[in-house]
Amino acid sequence: MTLIRLAIRSLGNRWLTALLTVLAIAVSVVLLLGVEKVRTGAKSSFANTISGTDLIIGARSGGVQLLLYSVFRIGNATNNMTWRSYQAISEHPEIAWTVPLSLGDNHHGFRVLGTQPGYFVRYKYRRNQTLKFNSGKPFSDLFDAVLGADVAAELGYKVGDPIIVAHGIGKIRTAEHDDKPFRVSGVLAKTGTPVDRTVHVGLEAIEAIHIDWRSGRRRQDLSVTADDVRKMKLKPKAVTAVMVGLKSRLSAFKVQRYVNTYRSEPLSAILPGATLYELWALIETAETALSIVSLMVVVTAILGMITMILATLNERRREIAILRSVGAGPRTVIGLLLLEAGILTFAGVITGVLTTYALLYSVRPVVDKVYGLYLEITPPSSFELLALGMIVIGGVIAGLFPALRAYKRSLTDGMTVRN
Amino acid sequence: MAEAKTSRNDGTASDIVKMSDLRFAWPGVRKFQISIDEFALATRSRTLLLGPSGSGKSTLLSLLCGIATPQSGRIELLGTEITCLGNAARDRFRAEHIGVIFQMFNLLPYGSPVDNVILPLSFAAERRKRAQACHNARTEAKRILCDLGIEGDLLNGAACELSVGQQQRVAAARALIGSPELIVADEPTSALDKVREGSFLDLLFAQVEAAGSTLIVVSHDQTLAPHFDQVLLLNEIVRPEPQP
Repeated sequence: MTLIRLAIRSLGNRWLTALLTVLAIAVSVVLLLGVEKVRTGAKSSFANTISGTDLIIGARSGGVQLLLYSVFRIGNATNNMTWRSYQAISEHPEIAWTVPLSLGDNHHGFRVLGTQPGYFVRYKYRRNQTLKFNSGKPFSDLFDAVLGADVAAELGYKVGDPIIVAHGIGKIRTAEHDDKPFRVSGVLAKTGTPVDRTVHVGLEAIEAIHIDWRSGRRRQDLSVTADDVRKMKLKPKAVTAVMVGLKSRLSAFKVQRYVNTYRSEPLSAILPGATLYELWALIETAETALSIVSLMVVVTAILGMITMILATLNERRREIAILRSVGAGPRTVIGLLLLEAGILTFAGVITGVLTTYALLYSVRPVVDKVYGLYLEITPPSSFELLALGMIVIGGVIAGLFPALRAYKRSLTDGMTVRN
Repeated sequence: MAEAKTSRNDGTASDIVKMSDLRFAWPGVRKFQISIDEFALATRSRTLLLGPSGSGKSTLLSLLCGIATPQSGRIELLGTEITCLGNAARDRFRAEHIGVIFQMFNLLPYGSPVDNVILPLSFAAERRKRAQACHNARTEAKRILCDLGIEGDLLNGAACELSVGQQQRVAAARALIGSPELIVADEPTSALDKVREGSFLDLLFAQVEAAGSTLIVVSHDQTLAPHFDQVLLLNEIVRPEPQP
């Protein structure tokens, strides 16, 4: 029997303790890889959400907050930006295009975004991919709505279906704009970004549904029907944020400074990429804490493995004495135990990796639905491979301690073990 | 004992084992120390070494096999002074030239009888060559096992499922494979009843004879003496050292 066969058979002889050890290591690997996958997945999900937009402009606030509410639909704007300021800034000679965004309403908890048809051309994600329609087309009528893939899938909508927008953004059902129903004109293809969970309507439509509302309530003294509002000339009063594309990226800081010092209104302009880095810096401490916890779990699992090998050493004294009597030297005895530690760790790592991917595959739709986080399933990164390699090496090195102890015992046991 | 021939061999050119001026204590065990002034075994002899429990029989075998190394003195096996060999060389030497039968058989429980028998060949190239002279190692293992009465389904089942007598024969086959020059047996019949004891020894002697090996058996059982051509008393060889 070769050393490997011997080690495998010996482990098979103690399969329950070996299985528990493999599971302990696997769980720690799942935690380590899981944290890493969620961390990098969240980062790439965020980073892939917006592409090709040079600046985002909104009312004066923190950069991270502006990015979160305008792009990721997280949180709320502290204030709006007037339509006049929007128009003035749009005419800046360095600006190539602008897309206004207006947030504030919802449909069954999904954010409603008022924008212009240009949004479907200008909005880009994951390395400049443009939005694609699964069915239908961008809005052409005032009360047309374009649904993100998840909205349509979860609520079972298709092109032509009527939908009613509710006032506000809470999940609790509030007053509805039921006098002015929308019609689904198109359904977008899945993007893995917050767009999937957004109902897109025209900017004028946002104005139209609020025309007989004041301070978040329907006015008692005024009632405008959907047909009447179609005949009206609708002009937005304010927008929540503006996506900006520049003629040259070199002018980004110049335009940013222009917006940040805009006299008529306090505004902020952010560079999405730079603000994402600010966001990473904010959550770095939490990431570090998570990584430390994962590492501690790995160390605990390896300690558990040492304990298991040490605990079984006594019952294995006879096995070691047998091997020594037939010519196995201390090196073989040490090698056998190191191999055993290596097999256990390797099996734990492989089980952990497979479990992690199985879990990622099964929880991805839930995470996407609940947190709007699209976790890409990618092969282990070089860092992850390095970490897994270190666990295997750490496991083998940890096996050295019981191996040396077994060797020392084999010297004092000689050929006879009476245990 | 009365019918047995007891003698001391103080060493000749045809001796397979020679020990002289030996002092030994197990590392960290102060209570037990032994010394041997002179001890030798003639080639192809069948020797019974008698001694009560705790008298150092197993220690002597550990020294003889090179598993334990003495603090001082010489142990020569087949003309090689094994006390001068390094650890690895001593292990290789043991694997090549010595077959061991344990009191409790000491089979790997998770291996089949065949796996257990060919185990020493993993560590001994020359012995493997000898075992494979006619056929492959597994076939040779099966041949020896069949000669010892282990055959059929028993060959590939788990060793731990065999009866006591069967396990003892597998242990003997393991010691015999590849025809090592020296077969060392530590209380090999202690787990067998008298009927099985006799038949086991007959089978063992036949195989030892066929392999041309030297046999040394240690036991406390004086009734075994008639089976051997030489009986030695341990207390005549091993001298307990005064406690420090």
